[in-house]
Amino acid sequence: MKIVVQEAPFDFAAEVEEFGQGRADMGAIVTFTGVVRDNDAGDLDAMEIEHYPGMTQKALEKIAADASARWDLGDVLIIHRYGRLEPGEKIMMVATSSPHRKDAFEAADFLMDYLKSRAPFWKKEHTGGDASWVDAKDSDEDALNRW
Amino acid sequence: MMDILYFAWVRERIGVPRETVTTEAKTVNELVQELIAKEERYAAAFADISALRVALDQDLSDFDAPLDGVREVAFFPPMTGG
Repeated sequence: MKIVVQEAPFDFAAEVEEFGQGRADMGAIVTFTGVVRDNDAGDLDAMEIEHYPGMTQKALEKIAADASARWDLGDVLIIHRYGRLEPGEKIMMVATSSPHRKDAFEAADFLMDYLKSRAPFWKKEHTGGDASWVDAKDSDEDALNRW
Repeated sequence: MMDILYFAWVRERIGVPRETVTTEAKTVNELVQELIAKEERYAAAFADISALRVALDQDLSDFDAPLDGVREVAFFPPMTGG
């Protein structure tokens, strides 16, 4: 299991390459990448991501451990950035490997649902001199009930 | 002695990211009431605790949880990761 919380950008291709190395028993690798999406008006200057150092790593490790207990996984990778990111930049990625694709897909979906509302990150949008915190959605909380 | 941390708009409303307090509060709710009684900025931040989450020693918890042995309390809005 590899869990990384960092300010710097990450190299998606290199991470995926490394993730699959030496695991010929894993027939499936699923990845998800979160990208800073511009708003409908196209004037988002930046997304600022705050986190709770100390709790973040623990919370992500717990989410990854819960996924590993529930599905047949070879490995789990979570990378999540913080700080100021511009539209188009990658915020985070998850990768799961499994002998079979169903477990890899479901586990990645589970990781994303829990990352949204159980990992201590907060997003603030900067738009034309204004800044506002992104509200959590009820649908994010409802998504956890699927599992 | 207990460290209290604030994040996102809770931090902005209270004006500091963390502080150390001496408290006799037995639960998170009692601690919140003590803070609200201190200054208006706390009352503003804690006006609607249903909009807040709390972590005790870096684990998510509840407002009616006891504070026995807790060293670090954090208040923040619902998380928006991913």
